[in-house]
Amino acid sequence: MQVTMTVNGEQVTRDVEPRVLLVHFIRDHLGLTGTHWGCDTSNCGVCVVWMDGEPVKSCTVLAAMAGGRSVRTVEDLERDGVLDPVQQGFMEEHGLQCGFCTPGMMLTARWLLDHNPDPTEAEIRDAICGQICRCTGYENIVRAVRWAAHHPATEEVTA
Amino acid sequence: MQVPAPVEYERASSVDDALALLERHGPDARLIAGGHSLLPMMKLRLARPEVLIDINDLSDLSYVRVEGGELRIGAMTRHRQLLESAAAGEHFAILHDAERVIADPIVRNRGTVGGSICQADPSEDLSAVFAALKARAVIRSSSGERVVGMDEFHQGPYSTAVGPAEILTEIRIPIRAGSGSAYEKVERRVGDWAVVAAGALLALDGGRITEAGIGLAAVGAEHFRAAGAEDSLQGSAPDEQAFARAGALAGQLCHPASDQRGPEDYKRHLAQELTVRALRRAAARARGEEG
Repeated sequence: MQVTMTVNGEQVTRDVEPRVLLVHFIRDHLGLTGTHWGCDTSNCGVCVVWMDGEPVKSCTVLAAMAGGRSVRTVEDLERDGVLDPVQQGFMEEHGLQCGFCTPGMMLTARWLLDHNPDPTEAEIRDAICGQICRCTGYENIVRAVRWAAHHPATEEVTA
Repeated sequence: MQVPAPVEYERASSVDDALALLERHGPDARLIAGGHSLLPMMKLRLARPEVLIDINDLSDLSYVRVEGGELRIGAMTRHRQLLESAAAGEHFAILHDAERVIADPIVRNRGTVGGSICQADPSEDLSAVFAALKARAVIRSSSGERVVGMDEFHQGPYSTAVGPAEILTEIRIPIRAGSGSAYEKVERRVGDWAVVAAGALLALDGGRITEAGIGLAAVGAEHFRAAGAEDSLQGSAPDEQAFARAGALAGQLCHPASDQRGPEDYKRHLAQELTVRALRRAAARARGEEG
């Protein structure tokens, strides 16, 4: 079947089987490998993308179900060579080691900060509680999100 | 790599359209809402529908509102919407207690209230919640609408009163004056299924219990309800003695199975203790002592 959706602001159309999962559509059909593919069971959260402005686990959404909707992946965080403050925060605070969980963590963090610009540590931990990191013990991820909260992008930076 | 078996895909544009598609494709078609129960089942080949009918465009089934003395929850309401609904929290604190411990925030963005109870997993939290609240389910077919109580709705593990050419559209919970409700869950880790969970509703009048509802998840309670424990509370004072008696009955009269989440006796202990805690909090809330 033909599936058309908007990915990172661009309209894409592909011919796929209805059983294709959104995570594989993004990685294999669009070649956007920033979205990772992990547990297959909606537990680990490495496949988190935004769909119609909300974080979802793309291993548990069919590409067909995303048809006509708007998807945002980690590739959309950086604009014209300028990192999103969340990306900068993960660098500054060493919010990753192996990096496997990082794209999903950053997309959830961006959504959290868009809705709650100055979250407490508890709010950050709650926001990412459906995502698993086996390297950092979460400490530095929380610090990275706090760093981004304290360094919101200015007009000049994002322009 | 886990992927579903080959399947056809249809997208419904309205409830009537969904019903027409169900009738056209027959019993091998399944409705898919958030997909967070059905897709994992399809990956494991525990479910193998021939046709999926996507009902995510049915936004008219997405609401939480007070109407006719009832809290009405549309079947397509996402878990996050229910958690954020002030009306839900005001009338039934149990709904927010439960939603805070259902899966995780990302899954709650997508999973729906209707999908959860239609999945009817024996460990499903909202099934126990709606059993405690003695909610009713509105089920529609092309020939009309019927309203069933939760005892009739829950027919067994993974089995509900919703027929192959029917759709659940709404949950209705009667609002009771002077009532309080609460949900208590023990899970192995954040976002997991319950080891055991208990929900309670108490309506009080003149220092007596005029109505009691107790729902249990993950312990094989018939229709997710601890009916014997409910009966023991009727007319009693809402005190520790009454709660202990009801808790003991809830622990005795359920049918937990030993599995990787714990042995049977531990689960009976949890059913007893969580029932007592849920009753205690429900009573405090009914008296306006706890938010």
